[in-house]
Order: sequence, then structure tokens, then C-alpha cells
Amino acid sequence: MRVVIAEDAVLLREGLAGLLERFGHTVVAAVGDAPALVEAVAEHRPEAVVTDVRMPPGFTDEGLRAALELRDRHPDLAVLVLSQYVEQTYAAELLESGAGAGIGYLLKDRIGDVREFVDALDRVAAGGTVVDPEVVRQLLRRRRDPLARLTPREQEVLGLIAEGRSNASIAKELYVSDAAVAKHIANIFTKLDLPPAADGHRRVLAVLAYLRG
Amino acid sequence: MEALTRRPLPFLGSAWPWRSAAYLLGSVVPGVAAALTTAAAVRAGLVALPLGVLAGLAVLALSIPLVARFERLRLRLVDGVPVPDTPDRRRREAGLAVMTVLAMWWIDLIMLAFTVIGPLLLILTPVVQPDIVPIVSVVSCVAGVLLLPVAAYTITAWGGARGAMARAMLAPQSSELAEVLRSRARLVDAFEMERRRIERDLHDGAQQRLVSLSMSLGMARLDLPDDTPAGRLVGLAHDEAKQALAELRELIRGVHSQVLTDRGLAAAVHDVAGRSPVPVDVDVELPGRLPAPVEVTAYYVVSEALANVAKHSRATRAAVTGRVERGTLVVEVHDDGGGGADPGKGTGLTGLADRLAVVDGRLSLSSPVGGPTRVRMEIPCP
Repeated sequence: MRVVIAEDAVLLREGLAGLLERFGHTVVAAVGDAPALVEAVAEHRPEAVVTDVRMPPGFTDEGLRAALELRDRHPDLAVLVLSQYVEQTYAAELLESGAGAGIGYLLKDRIGDVREFVDALDRVAAGGTVVDPEVVRQLLRRRRDPLARLTPREQEVLGLIAEGRSNASIAKELYVSDAAVAKHIANIFTKLDLPPAADGHRRVLAVLAYLRG
Repeated sequence: MEALTRRPLPFLGSAWPWRSAAYLLGSVVPGVAAALTTAAAVRAGLVALPLGVLAGLAVLALSIPLVARFERLRLRLVDGVPVPDTPDRRRREAGLAVMTVLAMWWIDLIMLAFTVIGPLLLILTPVVQPDIVPIVSVVSCVAGVLLLPVAAYTITAWGGARGAMARAMLAPQSSELAEVLRSRARLVDAFEMERRRIERDLHDGAQQRLVSLSMSLGMARLDLPDDTPAGRLVGLAHDEAKQALAELRELIRGVHSQVLTDRGLAAAVHDVAGRSPVPVDVDVELPGRLPAPVEVTAYYVVSEALANVAKHSRATRAAVTGRVERGTLVVEVHDDGGGGADPGKGTGLTGLADRLAVVDGRLSLSSPVGGPTRVRMEIPCP
């Protein structure tokens, strides 16, 4: 996969590039700020972008804004946004773009779990949605309706869907059968009033409902 | 003036009645000067002429710096705090001088005369009126002695009031208060800037390095089987690094909320509510961004209030609401806990009120024993 990295800390940028190369991806450009990211994407047309939220010149949320802008221009571009801290507003803004397909939002800490991190990037590149478990944890603590209608087990399953997990992976995580997972998911869709449609799309809608509350 | 609130004996034994008397007696100086000038003018027959009026005004104008200086000097007798300079000092001094020359001096002297000479005359009745009935003369003598302490109070009261008036004319009280308020606000701003800088330093330095370290250890782990000693150690180091990162993230968030800076109060309240161990419902709707000091203060108060809910209230549920109503930000934090929060018991509630005072805000608290607790803050936002 051809990837563009945007990260202002040199050490981390080089490390990320090395990591992705090691797992067989091609880093076509590694840049240090948001305008350079937009340029690099225009020039190299990568399949995926990995970007930091906070970058020069303003050190606020340039990376996130650039990611949203890039999604507007290239709806097929997979975007994985890395943040130093969890912010649900960021996650929600990201997922609104292109209904959450090919979008990821992870804490920077997760890079340390290299294999999971690269998996997450692969899932995003394949059109999936990945939301950091920390975002999910905070949401679960706060949300009431309509999520209050979900049983604790269903909430757990929804949290794993938000992380971009497949049914099989969820079954493995929770030590239950695939059929049990499918039943939980069907219950979630019903309780969240999600219309029958392509399964993948409903998963994303469930995550969105989850984030919006 | 505060001396008046002391117990009678220490008060009468203190220097204040004497200082006040000396202060008021000082009016003899402008009084005599004014009287002599007027007398001289009358003598010369100038009073009736328009020229005389003009000359009087000129003399008054010329005397202004002298009188003002004298007023400042004698103010020290009753007012220990130096009078600050104001930009319009000359105008204020002129006002005080004109008032002193035209009115204050004789009011002072009349006050002094009535309060002191009255009792003195009573005491001296046997001397001044020797032909009066002895019993009456003794009674008035005693009455005079009893009236002397009263005179001390009257003189001190007038001296204090007179001093306060002079002070108010020389420098309005509000200007000092406003300066104190401004300096307090500057101090808080400076603290906030410093916290921001620390947050940025930690973010750009330690945090990035730890992420890099954790990534390197993660990569090393790929090549080292978990069942070798080296693999186990690297695994341990990796877990430690991740733990350190998580702790550092919490620390940095406590120092300064980047979400607040980036996305404003509503997002930051959602964020802090999401991390509370007690489930919190958030209903904050604001018309865009508020002034930075308002946002920072409101965020601080909400964070502290939610921390109190988690620590003390035994609540199972809390809620934060926020609106701007007629130019005032109103934020309320409720919980269904045990209540009984007492600002006097050092739960940090007084600290919150102090913090709010910097931005002219107010804190109100309702927390009956048995609950529920409701903390309400109001901050004007221009």
C-alpha cells in the first residue's frame, strides 16, 4: 500500500515510516506539516494517509482539518488520524466525512502496539472504520438513549465494532460463537433503528449513532 | 475610622482622638489665611468691585498648590496608607483645595469648637459663672467631664470621615480597586500562559519521545520470542513505556486542556465529563466561542466540581448544563449524591469562588444534607 505520513516530530516520523516499510507498505512521502500533507497527496495520490492532529504552524488541529479537506477532495482516500489525546468531537467530525468508511482515529500511544496499529491501518485502507478504544470507553460511560437500550454485552460488541473488528475477531475477543455475535449485532441494529441495508454500511451507521449519542 | 470600633477604654487611650483633633485643628491654617486675605480685601475696599472678585479668584487659584500640599500632608494624621497618584491629579487637587478654602475649614473648626469647647465650658462652670447655685455648677461640671469621651468619638468620626472625603477627592477608591482587579486578572493570565507552555513542552518533548520509545520496543518485540529472557524483558519495558505514556497523557491534560483551546468550552466539558468515574449527562449549548478567560475559568470550575462529585458526593449520576443568558454564562453542575457540601470545610469551594471572582463571576451552592447538590456559576461575558 502507498502511504503518506504527516507528523511534525522527526523522530516519530522516521520511526513510523520504518514501521510501515517493515510491514511491506511503501511510504511515498513523509512530511512535517498540514500544507505539505495536502501537497504530497496531490502529487503522489496515495491509498492511505497517516496524520498527526497537532502540527505546525498553529499547533492546534491542522492535521485533522487537512484530513477532512483531503477526504472532501478524494473520497476514496483512507485516512488514519493520530491524536495525542482523545477528543470525541474530532472522532465525530472525522466519521461524518464519507459516512465513516475508510476512517480511523487512534491515540498516538497505539503506535507502540505495532502489529495492532498496522492492522488498524489495513482495516481503514479496506474501507473500514476504526475508533480508539479510549473514545469508546468514554462514550459508554456517558451515553444514555438510545444506547441505554443496549444490554452491557451489546454495548461491548458495539464498542468492538467501533474499533473496526470483524465478527470473527469479536467472537474471539469475547469467547463466544460467531452466531452469538451475529445475534448481538442484529439486536443492536434493531435497537438503534438502523434500516436493513448492506451489512458493512449498517455497522458504520451503528458506530455513528454511537458517537452522536 | 476603624479605631471607633475598638472597646471604649483602648480607644480613648489610643492616639486616634488626638490625631483627629490635630487633623481638624489643621484647618486653622487655611482658615486664618482665608480670613486674613478677605479682611485685607475688605479693608482695601476691593470687595464691591468686579476687580475684587477677580483678584479673589486669582489668589484662590494661586493658593491651590499650597493648600493641596498641606491637605496631603495632614491627611497622614488620619490615614496611614499613601494616596496613589492619578492621571488627573491636578484637577483633583484643585477641587480639594477650593473646597477646603471655601467650606471645609470652618466646618472643621465649628465641629471642633462644639465638641471640645462645649464640655470644657461645662467643666469650667464654677470658674466662669461663680454666682450660680453650687449644686448646678457641680452637676454641669460632672456632665462636662462625662461629655469629654463623647467628644473624642465625635471628633474621631468627623476626622475619619473628613479624611476619607479628602482621600476620595484625591484618588477615587474605584481606581485602586480596579488596579488590584486588573493585576489579579493579569496574574491568572500569566499562570494560564505558563501552564500552556508546560503543556506544549511536554507534548513536543517527553510525549513524542515516549511514543518513539514504545514504538521501538514494539518493533524489537516482533523479533524476540516472548519465551526468551531478552524477549520477556523487552516485553516488560514495552508495557512500562505504554503505562508511562498513559500517565503522562493524564498529567498533560491536567496541566492544560488542549481541547478547550481548540474546540471551546462545550467540547472540553464533554471531554472532562467523559473521564469522570460518575456518569455525567452534558447539556451545554453556547453561541460559538466565549472570551478565553471565561472559557478557562468555567472549564476549571466544572472540572473541580466534577472532581468533588467523584470524591465526596457518593452520587450515581451527575449533570452539567450550560447556556448564555442575556450576556451571562450560566453553568450548573448537579449530582444526586449525599449533599452537605460546606464551603467552610475546605472542599475547595472557596477556591472556586475566588477563581470566579477574577472574571467577575459568582458561585452559588445548594447542598442540603441528604442531597442533592447543585453548584451554579455565573460569568458575565461581554
